[in-house]
Amino acid sequence: MNQELITARGLTKNYGSKSALDHIDLTVGRGRIVGLLGPNGSGKTTFIKLLCGLLQPTSGTLEVNGNAPGVETKSVISYLPDRMYFADWMKACDLTDFFADFYVDFDRPKAMEMFSALGIQPNDRLKTMSKGTKEKVQLALIMSRKAQLYLLDEPIGGVDPAARDFILNTILTNYNENGTVMLSTHLISDIERVLDEAIFLQNGKVVRHDTVDNIREQEGKSVDQLFREIFAYGS
Amino acid sequence: MIWKLTDDRPIWIQLVDQLTLRIVSGVYASGAAVPTVRALASEAGVNPNTMQRALAELESRGLVETRRTAGRIVTEDQSLIQSVREELAFARMDEFLASMRALGYTDKQIRELLAAWDKKEELV
Repeated sequence: MNQELITARGLTKNYGSKSALDHIDLTVGRGRIVGLLGPNGSGKTTFIKLLCGLLQPTSGTLEVNGNAPGVETKSVISYLPDRMYFADWMKACDLTDFFADFYVDFDRPKAMEMFSALGIQPNDRLKTMSKGTKEKVQLALIMSRKAQLYLLDEPIGGVDPAARDFILNTILTNYNENGTVMLSTHLISDIERVLDEAIFLQNGKVVRHDTVDNIREQEGKSVDQLFREIFAYGS
Repeated sequence: MIWKLTDDRPIWIQLVDQLTLRIVSGVYASGAAVPTVRALASEAGVNPNTMQRALAELESRGLVETRRTAGRIVTEDQSLIQSVREELAFARMDEFLASMRALGYTDKQIRELLAAWDKKEELV
């Protein structure tokens, strides 16, 4: 097994003439919780979609577990998209059936346990759930896989602070120890203490990639404060 | 006891400080088991790797030990715990004295004030 889980070299993605990712070089190891941080339009979702194999790079290479995104990598990646992709007539138990069919590493009892902790009944329909509850349902499903790479695109975007704590706790207590969690967000202060590393993206470039403790040690300030300085408007 | 984490210092260092405080104050008694990394990380809401780093630091300071069968325990070396406790106490006194000097008191006046304050306490 090779050391690095994610390796990107000269990774570039253009949408027409617009460049979303511009020659990204980075490596991410195993057993880490990594924040993909950047303002809107900095390339966070594009990077995650490239990792999932939903987009093809314009140039450069990207490897997950030593393989280019494809069938092998999809089986080891658990992906939470930035919007819901389930039909809203589905019940919670339909979703667990669905995941059990699709993924061999899906742990159904674990998902049911999380559902009951959230007060979700197996026969509840997605349609009847609030936005925050839907997000929690999706996260419970995603985290119930024993994947090597969890890609969470804005997992705490639309939920209240109490639910945010619940979600972060779910991530902390459920990720597999050899797996890496990469989550994108701009709500940094809420997630800072759970991160090992932070990757700052700006206009499709990595402007900083370091451990949270190093950033605090060197800058004497939190990642959130550093973010506000790097991405300050009008400076 | 709750975990208080501030923005200005690395999280693992703050965890070391707070775990040390729990040990010297007897929340985690000498010789008793330390909760698991996962349990502590979840309680503090921090990354398990960060908590692991804090515990490794405590281990290198000798405050906790890893026993092959019993997991991680607080050291049974009472004199070490006492000396760490004293160090912390002196550091707090330094801070106190510095803030009193900033108010313009001399060391002698500070001692007199403290003595007078003691008596006040007794009156209450």
